[in-house]
Amino acid sequence: MPTFVYMTNCDGCGYCVDICPSDIMHIDPTYRRALNVEPNMCWECFSCVKACPQHAIDVRGYADFAPLGHSVRVLREDEKGTISWRIKFRDGREKNFVSPIRTTPWGSIKGPSEYSAPTASAMHSQALAHEPEALKVEALPTLARTRFKKGVV
Amino acid sequence: MSPKTIFVDSDILIVGGGMGGCGAAYESRYWGRDLKIVCVEKANIERSGAVAQGLYAINCYMGMHWNENQPEDHVRYARNDLMGLVREDLGYDIARHVDATVHKFEEWGLPIMKDPKTGRYQREGKWQIMIHGESYKPIVAEAARKAASAVYNRIMVTHLLMDSKHPNRVAGAVGFNVRNGDFYVFRAKAVIVAAGGASHIFKPRAVGEGMGRTWYAPWSSASAYALPILAGAKMTQMENRIVLTRFKDGYGPVGAYFLHLKTYTQNAYGQDYEAFWRDSIEKMVGDYVNHHPVPTCLRNHALLEELKAGRGPIRMVTKEAFKDPHKETVGWENFLGMTVGQAVVWASQNIDPKEINPELTTSEPYVMGSHATCSGAWASGPEDYAPADYQWGYNRMMTVEGLFGAGDTIGGTAHKFSSGSFTEGRIAAKAAVKYVMDHGTDSPQVSEAEYTELKKTIYQPLENYRIGRNEIVGGTVSPSYILPLHGLQRLEKIMDEYVGGISSHYTTNEPLLTRGLELLGMLKEDLAHIGAPDLHQLQRAWELQHRVLASECVTQHTLFRQETRWPGYYYRADHPKLDDKDWHCFTLSRYDKSTGHWEMEKAPVYHIID
Repeated sequence: MPTFVYMTNCDGCGYCVDICPSDIMHIDPTYRRALNVEPNMCWECFSCVKACPQHAIDVRGYADFAPLGHSVRVLREDEKGTISWRIKFRDGREKNFVSPIRTTPWGSIKGPSEYSAPTASAMHSQALAHEPEALKVEALPTLARTRFKKGVV
Repeated sequence: MSPKTIFVDSDILIVGGGMGGCGAAYESRYWGRDLKIVCVEKANIERSGAVAQGLYAINCYMGMHWNENQPEDHVRYARNDLMGLVREDLGYDIARHVDATVHKFEEWGLPIMKDPKTGRYQREGKWQIMIHGESYKPIVAEAARKAASAVYNRIMVTHLLMDSKHPNRVAGAVGFNVRNGDFYVFRAKAVIVAAGGASHIFKPRAVGEGMGRTWYAPWSSASAYALPILAGAKMTQMENRIVLTRFKDGYGPVGAYFLHLKTYTQNAYGQDYEAFWRDSIEKMVGDYVNHHPVPTCLRNHALLEELKAGRGPIRMVTKEAFKDPHKETVGWENFLGMTVGQAVVWASQNIDPKEINPELTTSEPYVMGSHATCSGAWASGPEDYAPADYQWGYNRMMTVEGLFGAGDTIGGTAHKFSSGSFTEGRIAAKAAVKYVMDHGTDSPQVSEAEYTELKKTIYQPLENYRIGRNEIVGGTVSPSYILPLHGLQRLEKIMDEYVGGISSHYTTNEPLLTRGLELLGMLKEDLAHIGAPDLHQLQRAWELQHRVLASECVTQHTLFRQETRWPGYYYRADHPKLDDKDWHCFTLSRYDKSTGHWEMEKAPVYHIID
């Protein structure tokens, strides 16, 4: 379902341009508002829809196989940590769903350099960062080279 | 136009900021506290790569601390699913580290569902755990941004640069900014390619407005392969393309439906068809069909045979499961979390799975290295146990010095998925830090002549359009250039008709492949005449270049392997059976960019005994 932009809602902020993984949301030079310049390269990932502060972006199912009259609307609330969906069928039936999106505050991840620096012996071991503690097992598993056998099992 | 040239120097350059690239950024900072670590991404790492939309499951988690699975178990599973051929050393390596990755994701704030009875992660299947993963990528990107010295978004990397003193050592990469057109020269001591696999090399089922609704993201443009191929790295198992059985038109995932919701498939007449085809499959492939779970390709095969027998459509029986309101919610949220388009298809066609059993179909083939398939670069294995044939240096280093890879880029390691790709990025990054430290002041040199020549090549499509456009009144038809979409559609048609796409039921043979290579050769020549009206189309032009080169590699590998190893993914009609006597091996290729010649060879397969 390619995205499209409602003329009266879009204020040309460009958030959708900034986020689109396919680089297909552009600002129209005449109207100074966003538009989808390449609907056949849209994955319907909803990244732009979720990012739009004006709720100006909507989707209409691909003309190849989606009959008209449906709608899938989304509200992503960063601070609340939830995403809400409303699915409307062509025949008018509706379904609503709400899911959590994150359990910690945005920006709270501890960067790797905030941990104490690894020792030289750790550098020469097979352990990755935070191992073996983060594995929650005593030691990183390993194999003997002799366990490998060439040919058909 | 005369674009500005911008130089960016770093110790470690990470190309691609998806799951693999974010893992590489995090880990390289952990081990290389004083290093300059640069990540370059053609979109925006907040929502880039195959996980941009989110995921509803993590498909690779051992649960070692609950004694659910051990790394060896995962190796055996991936091995049988890929019909005996995986790099068991690399697969084991990912499996032994992946739990730590997932535990970090949870600590960072990814909502992982819990089994209310046991308190453990909610299993979807033996290897899969269920998540509320709408923000999976933004969470992982936050960790990567905190680790990298700089992230350059909206820069399309087109080529790697080689050391002017040492032809088999990488020295950086070049690309252009898709917003302002600036030319970038990244000079680096080590490069980690963590770019995307390949969608849109075979013709998709929808070719109009819906062509973007492929199973794998349309922005996965084969840079994972084209970049190493052009640098002379050896590639492996590139013939091992994947075909997905999915809900029709939206390609909505079926994993949770089969494993968690316990829905099942049947033909148009309500019959179970998989058992019906079992004996004939055993005649083609032998014992591989008798293991549990039945390999993904063989399940595809049964579905395809059933359709050819005229008993379609195949349906997923959902009506029973969806009576349970909890299961109904899981069924819908599964799509909303990772393939919203499937929810739209069902809403538009009034398909409520409580009342209608939805149709399934098979996708066109994709080439990638992280799902139930393992195409990619041939990489060195872990130091502590990899067999000598698989080890020539640092872990995950390709056959080019200083060039590392992760995720879709690295071949032989099926079933790594999102968590495994991030983990492989971490593995590659620690090795790259070691490589940089071991080499000290011995830095590669970038030649001005090389990047100046590449600069001219990169912007040529804008020039082709500027000149050619004056020749015609208007429209898209020019005798002097073709647009990127024209080239893409020609590529998809060649691959579809000659290399085993949907229109031939995934079937090919030596004469077809040979003809396909001739046509791909002409397409490669025509790529010098691509016209790009603007920077966005210049990006499309270079995505096309990457796809075409990867497609040629796929075709060469398909020609080389004289057997049908993965029925349901593709068929060599001239060699219709699996042949463990001659082909229980990896296929390797190396491209010589000066002659255009592909050198093919076999490499041995080593198994962990039992």
